Amino acid sequence: MLSEPVVRVSHLVKAFGKFRAVDDISFEVEKGEIFGFLGANGAGKTTAMKMLTGLWKPTSGEATVAGWDVYTQTEKIKLTIGYMSQKFSLYSDLTVKENIQLFGGIYGLTNATIQSKTASLLARLDMSSEANSLIGALPLGWKQKLAFMVAMLHDPQVVFLDEPTGGVDPITRRQFWDLIYEAAAEGKTIFVTTHYMDEAEYCDRISMMVDGKIAALGSPEELKKGFASDNMDEVFVSIAREGKTL
Amino acid sequence: MKAIEIHELSKSYGDVQALNSISLDVNEGEIYGLIGPDGAGKTTLIRILATLLFPGQGSARVLGKDPAADHEILRSKIGYMPGRFSLYQDLSVEENLTLFASIFETTIEENYDLIKDIYVQIEPFKHRRAGQLSGGMKQKLALCCAMIHKPEILFLDEPTTGVDPVSRKEFWQMLKSLNADGLTILVSTPYMDEAELCSTIALIQNGRILAQNTPDKIVKLIDKPIVAIEGGDKYALMQALKKYPNYHSVYSFGSELHYTDQQAFADLPELESFLKSEGHEGVTLTEKSAGIEDTFISLMQSHEHAE
Repeated sequence: MLSEPVVRVSHLVKAFGKFRAVDDISFEVEKGEIFGFLGANGAGKTTAMKMLTGLWKPTSGEATVAGWDVYTQTEKIKLTIGYMSQKFSLYSDLTVKENIQLFGGIYGLTNATIQSKTASLLARLDMSSEANSLIGALPLGWKQKLAFMVAMLHDPQVVFLDEPTGGVDPITRRQFWDLIYEAAAEGKTIFVTTHYMDEAEYCDRISMMVDGKIAALGSPEELKKGFASDNMDEVFVSIAREGKTL
Repeated sequence: MKAIEIHELSKSYGDVQALNSISLDVNEGEIYGLIGPDGAGKTTLIRILATLLFPGQGSARVLGKDPAADHEILRSKIGYMPGRFSLYQDLSVEENLTLFASIFETTIEENYDLIKDIYVQIEPFKHRRAGQLSGGMKQKLALCCAMIHKPEILFLDEPTTGVDPVSRKEFWQMLKSLNADGLTILVSTPYMDEAELCSTIALIQNGRILAQNTPDKIVKLIDKPIVAIEGGDKYALMQALKKYPNYHSVYSFGSELHYTDQQAFADLPELESFLKSEGHEGVTLTEKSAGIEDTFISLMQSHEHAE
């Protein structure tokens, strides 16, 4: 791919006192790429994500998201990205339609756009009959798929997904990945964290963080080959437990 | 003897039926796994057994006692680690453990041998407030607090949810070692790969038990072999498989696709030449037996068709 990288990170650091939660990381993510962001709990994934989504200022280093600078243009970043996590998705005591209206409004979409997006989004998820159901009454898997689509209402260039499939049943988990593939095929860049190692295989490239640093970066095939492993689970163990690097 | 006996247990919250006539037995000394996604009813079941929630219809016995009527007797015999970290964030590691010991009228010293292997890992931080511990250390402290009164049975509600694969493996080693000393453990998890670490499992979905047995026997519930298919563009390959006349199902499993046929045995050469005719060359097809996740998916589908 010859296009400009959508996410560019160079020697990025976030320190809390003496502790460097993110310790000099560098990478680039292309348009339409599904980029897996893996690592043990406490390795620095969340801190890195908070800097890339414009919530925390880095201590040093450089990063741009969709061309916007993470130090000075965080409001621009927030308009260009989508975000969802297992913990924060939609408002339980609002209906499906109300949630879409709320988020559409926050992103400054017109009522006409919101209406047409609502219809196509619900049709895609096969949920048109649930438009007036309270979010709280829906099964978790439906909520997560809906939250993902809502995170893309404003047509963001990059979508950050923080453990989007945690606790979701095995069939819905796979349907969720179908949605990710569709979004990537439309040219959206996907930045995803997961603790399911089979899902790591679905990414185009993976970075593995250990103690604030990127210990390995490559396609699933490259990493499996490099660590002489059959699957990503073994790769994860070699890197995170045995401290191996490529 | 049975550590837990549950007969046609149901529980509703308003219109929502969390448990729908569940029956299961847990033998003493087992690691029994409740495997299922969020919303399956795992937490409700564990809370009823841990004397924290009244059952609806049906009966439950824990160590021969009724968790509703005999809750006072039972509480000293059971250990419970809730899904959400529920220790006192502003007490230190040591203070939390002392508090739990004293509530159960014992001391850390009296039962130290039970928790020693786990506690030594967090002892260097014993003066740190619990709220300031890392996720892994919180989990170890919670396990120590659930064990300090020497329970006969331990209930763990999704102890590994959101935990990375390495820490999950370490946590299961701790459970295995507690179990080796005779402790009965009932543990819930949404991770299908943890099923193989249990002696018996129940697959749960929408308040119902889809199946329960040893992990070895559960996977035999799928009467058809799985065809693992690898190579090429997975998405295109999946679309092609759906056009095959004898297609039954296809799902992604890491780098492979798992395909099942309408026939008892898929005709591999025929399937391969079909894929070739669809433009998929150099694809490998291998027959293999089903895993827990294959079984779960298959049972979920047959239940949905039945409803």
